[in-house]
Amino acid sequence: MFEYEKYIRKNKFPLVWCSGCGDGIVLKALLRAIDSIGLEKENVCMVSGIGCSSRLTGYVDCNTLHTTHGRAITFATGIKMAKPELNVIVITGDGDATAIGGNHYIHAARRNIDLTVIIFNNFIYGMTGGQVSPTTPVGMLASTAPFGNMENTFNISGLAQAAGASFVARGTVYHTVMLEKLIKKAILKNGFSVVEVLSPCPTAFGRRNKSGTIIDMMNEQKDNCVTSARAERMSERELEGKTVIGELVNIDRPECSKQYRKLIERCRSGL
Amino acid sequence: MAGKSNVKIHIKTEWCKGCVICVEYCPTDVLAMRNGKAYVKDITKCTACELCEIRCPDFAITVLYDKSEK
Ligand SMILES: Cc1ncc(C[n+]2csc(CCOP(=O)(O)OP(=O)(O)O)c2C)c(N)n1
Ligand code: SF4
Ligand code: SF4
Ligand code: SF4
Repeated sequence: MFEYEKYIRKNKFPLVWCSGCGDGIVLKALLRAIDSIGLEKENVCMVSGIGCSSRLTGYVDCNTLHTTHGRAITFATGIKMAKPELNVIVITGDGDATAIGGNHYIHAARRNIDLTVIIFNNFIYGMTGGQVSPTTPVGMLASTAPFGNMENTFNISGLAQAAGASFVARGTVYHTVMLEKLIKKAILKNGFSVVEVLSPCPTAFGRRNKSGTIIDMMNEQKDNCVTSARAERMSERELEGKTVIGELVNIDRPECSKQYRKLIERCRSGL
Repeated sequence: MAGKSNVKIHIKTEWCKGCVICVEYCPTDVLAMRNGKAYVKDITKCTACELCEIRCPDFAITVLYDKSEK
């Protein structure tokens, strides 16, 4: 057993999320990752936006900030610049991070600021009842796409990679042990680190799209995902329709809050 | 596979939302559903793999196992 009680605000339980919502599985993987690194709670700051997934910060007993829609990364950037010694972890949904917050997301990646961003991708706006998000797959039904979504999608991980992130990974709630390891690596990495987690929403996405129960949705993850290591040996045709999971990017680039400290030192010493 | 003899499973029914994830992914069919909540059907088959614990979204299931014993 793992002692989750050490890290949770027990008086806030039971969780607000629906039965079978993947977000609780991600929360637990995150707590285990923090514990395995040995981080002190005082040195962790979790920042979330608005959405079902963003409710997570209410349940964790560390420094937490529940901010405004799309602005979690913005608040987190300020915290990291002011207090670089903190481990700043951003909790955000696909809508929060890539629709209303899309510009903050790409520019934080460009700056390569040392944040760990966990994006709960459920392909929909869960909290407001299932509107299309930038990741809703083409053809899927949403409350704002009653005849099927006709728009192309963002690839969350690809976007971070293209914009300059140091670490990018994709995980699922079915592959739970791997998810914990990916989150751990993302926290330990110095630089902008993204873990895109496929966390199914059985209520606003699953039900409307007849995706079945949460078990069907998790089985789909089991059957349809290939690890990045395996994907390297597969042809484009073999990869069609598959989701690549695991570590996708791990590179070293100058980190923003460190560069800022260096600049302060230079200015103080008369340039 | 033979189960471990000193394992206990605790299910906090107040927090269990009946999603069936733990039942579905237990490799040895230890758990089942009753009145919309998970319960331990046959503890003798439990290998203490903890898969149910890590996948329960609602912090409702705990696998208690003394690793120092056999
Ligand atoms: C400025 C602003 N615009 C719109 C909303 C309404 N709103 C609340 S949550 C949400 C989307 C949530 O979707 P996502 O970020 O994917 O999180 P999920 O609920 O799916 O976890 C929206 C549009 C808001 N709260 N504030
Ligand atoms: S609406 Fe969807 S994302 Fe929101 S709590 Fe329910 S299952 Fe989770
Ligand atoms: S610990 Fe493993 S074997 Fe035991 S009930 Fe849980 S999933 Fe089944
Ligand atoms: S996984 Fe947790 S919430 Fe779901 S049925 Fe099992 S004990 Fe209940």
